[in-house]
Amino acid sequence: MKRSMKFLLPLAVFLGIAVFLYRGLSIDPHAIPSPLIDKPLPPFELPLLNQPDKTLSNRDLLGKVYLLNVWATWCISCRAEHPTLVALARSQQVDLYGIDWKDDDAAATVWLNQLGDPFQAVMVDKKGRTAIDLGVYGAPETFLVDKKGVVRKKYAGALTPSLLNDEILPLVRQLRTES
Amino acid sequence: MIPEIGNFSLIVALSLAILLAVFPLWGSLNNRYRWMRMARPLAVGLFVFMAISFGCLVASFLNDDFSVLYVATNGNSKLPLMYKISAVWGAHEGSLLLWAFLLSGWTLAIAMFSRSLPLQMVARVLSVMAFVAIGFLLFMLITSNPFERIFPAPLEGRDLNPLLQDPGLAIHPPMLYMGYVGFAVAFGFAIAALIGGKLDAAWARWSRPWTTVAWVFLTGGIGLGSWWAYDELGWGGWWFWDPVENASFMPWLVGTALIHSLAVTEKRGAFKSWTVLLAIATFSLSLLGTFLVRSGVLNSVHAFASDPARGVFILVFLCLVVGGSLALYAWRAPSVSSGGTFGLLSRETFLLVNNLLLSVVAAMVLFGTLAPLIYEAMGWGKISVGFPWFNRMFVILTPLLAVAIGVGPMSRWKHNDPKWLFAQLRNALIVTAIIAVISLLPWVNQGHLLVSLGLVLAAWIVASHVENLRLRIRNRRGIQAVWQDLRNGSRSYYGMWLAHIGVAAFIIGITGVTNFEIERDLRMAPGQKAEMAGYEFVFEGVVKSMGPNYEADRGRVSIYQDGEKIGVLEPEKRVYFSQAKPMTEAAIDITWSRDLYVSLGEPLGNGEWALRLYYKPFVRWIWAAAILMALGGLLSVSDRRYRILRRKVSVRIGAEARA
Repeated sequence: MKRSMKFLLPLAVFLGIAVFLYRGLSIDPHAIPSPLIDKPLPPFELPLLNQPDKTLSNRDLLGKVYLLNVWATWCISCRAEHPTLVALARSQQVDLYGIDWKDDDAAATVWLNQLGDPFQAVMVDKKGRTAIDLGVYGAPETFLVDKKGVVRKKYAGALTPSLLNDEILPLVRQLRTES
Repeated sequence: MIPEIGNFSLIVALSLAILLAVFPLWGSLNNRYRWMRMARPLAVGLFVFMAISFGCLVASFLNDDFSVLYVATNGNSKLPLMYKISAVWGAHEGSLLLWAFLLSGWTLAIAMFSRSLPLQMVARVLSVMAFVAIGFLLFMLITSNPFERIFPAPLEGRDLNPLLQDPGLAIHPPMLYMGYVGFAVAFGFAIAALIGGKLDAAWARWSRPWTTVAWVFLTGGIGLGSWWAYDELGWGGWWFWDPVENASFMPWLVGTALIHSLAVTEKRGAFKSWTVLLAIATFSLSLLGTFLVRSGVLNSVHAFASDPARGVFILVFLCLVVGGSLALYAWRAPSVSSGGTFGLLSRETFLLVNNLLLSVVAAMVLFGTLAPLIYEAMGWGKISVGFPWFNRMFVILTPLLAVAIGVGPMSRWKHNDPKWLFAQLRNALIVTAIIAVISLLPWVNQGHLLVSLGLVLAAWIVASHVENLRLRIRNRRGIQAVWQDLRNGSRSYYGMWLAHIGVAAFIIGITGVTNFEIERDLRMAPGQKAEMAGYEFVFEGVVKSMGPNYEADRGRVSIYQDGEKIGVLEPEKRVYFSQAKPMTEAAIDITWSRDLYVSLGEPLGNGEWALRLYYKPFVRWIWAAAILMALGGLLSVSDRRYRILRRKVSVRIGAEARA
């Protein structure tokens, strides 16, 4: 009996994986139903990339609708996403704030010089503490935050022009009309 | 008309696959020879109709038939001929068609080259493969038909993703798929053996060459993919631990274990149930790779298609194939005898260690790939598994593997006297010890202990293999004996030798490039010079140039070494007419010991440009390693044993023709 149990193990492992894969299918990788949705942004206070002695906190950003983008130079999708962010910044339709996640400061500075800096400000999350609070599981991730500092949407993966135009920017305009 | 023929052929192929999956298998269980004999003609038919279908899609691309949705999304009338063909597998639907087409090709190959096998075995193997084909054909016809029309037809196609317009990527997917799909053969043999309840040395001998060929393709495919990422993506990396890359790496790891395990089963009759499990696991991971890429479960730069409906279909199919075969395994394997016994110090033990290590690495990669998913599903919060995690795992497990690679080929089957084994390895140990001392000198390792580790491991593999070769030919007449050996047989030994040397080359490549790489981002005006790793780079400005379907800024960088001009690099920044996003096309100066890699960034005004320069020592060794391993595999497949088998086959075919 014991001997035949051993041979059932691979099947059991596979079934376990299959359950997770099934659960995974119901998770849309682009709009993750984050527990943060409609909850206040977790408090943070992070140093700025270009002025390490200064910090920016979530309280400083109250009163406006903005996108918070978590990125890093080691992240491939971020590179794909970057031109979209630069174009968005040029169109001045919404403010962008960046969190540079577990990254090398020098590399990040070079990146922004080379590819263009779409951000109002870039904060540095060296140890990834804030990213954990935000529930980031892979860069890039983008949060849409309203005037009260409440997370309204979260997107995992690179933002695309169509996602911005069809979904995010209309929502931004709507959120701006809220008091 | 052509797309309709293609679609119709797909339906015919599906019907034939259903017949092939049912009747020969049924016949093999009831000893009905007529039913079993249907297997070969059905396999031929399946291949013919798949080929027609595949040809129709190629023709639609060549004719710029934009009334076909898939062609309209991925083709363009201005595409060069080569990319019109490679656009066939540039996206989801076409890749699947290629997958199914190659599967029918492998099925045909078995039907043709299996005359020496018992009919019962052939019937079962072909039925199992047809079952896999049914899944893919249904998947295509139900959720992702490549021949779907659109009305009205657009005047021009949306063009192939420029990233994929590269010679490397034109051949990378077919090679990779040949590997993936080839493991279906090993899988077919394993399932057939389980059904029959006879897991003997003959079974291992039959499936060995097929498995090795599939492994060679997969090795080549992964190597090409890595080279493409390096060459085309323009940011200098060669492996990203991306889910899609992992999806191809896992079957490779387990497939490598399978090759070694099959050797033990063939020669010693041991590891039987373990080998079957590896065969099932290898193909399952190939299928899982397809699932991960196609379903959108994981986010990846490479994933071209994601659609939950497709995901559900693949998952159901995956459960049927993998779940079904593992259930069969759980039912049948306990009755299999455990086979030859062996001592603690034996070649079997070292091969077992190799198997376990490779499987552990594969399990780690699997875990790393699925971790975000598992955490998410369990509500444990979120986790990111990136470069550092995978790299740390690799630094821990590779050394163990390298040590085993050195000892394994030296040891004898069954039992070794420790003293004898030590005597065999003494010279290699001495050489390795000398290299170890040298590698610890500060000017050699430059303060990186990992460099010393890499050098020692590579030295150990090379030294033990050279010593092994020396002992082998000691009693013969030098190089001539080797040549004679090579011509007469035992090519599998030289194949093994070459592939293992490939592992050493791989270790050197990784060690060099990860520890001594230099990367510089510069702002350069025309005429300006920059110095890196003893080379002088002179930026000579940027000119506009035109390609067939893009416009480019072409930079010009001359490289000098000791005042002498050694090369000119012309990195480009291309804007394809059909896409707004510019693509970088890096330029690389190559020698055996280093790459100089230049990619063009943004214009910064006043004729100044952002440039990224890389010095990548020994990076070529990584791909050379893949080539060595693939060559090793090819060499061992051409071994005499298999040729004798084939000669018997041809004699028999001749006899049949006469009769």
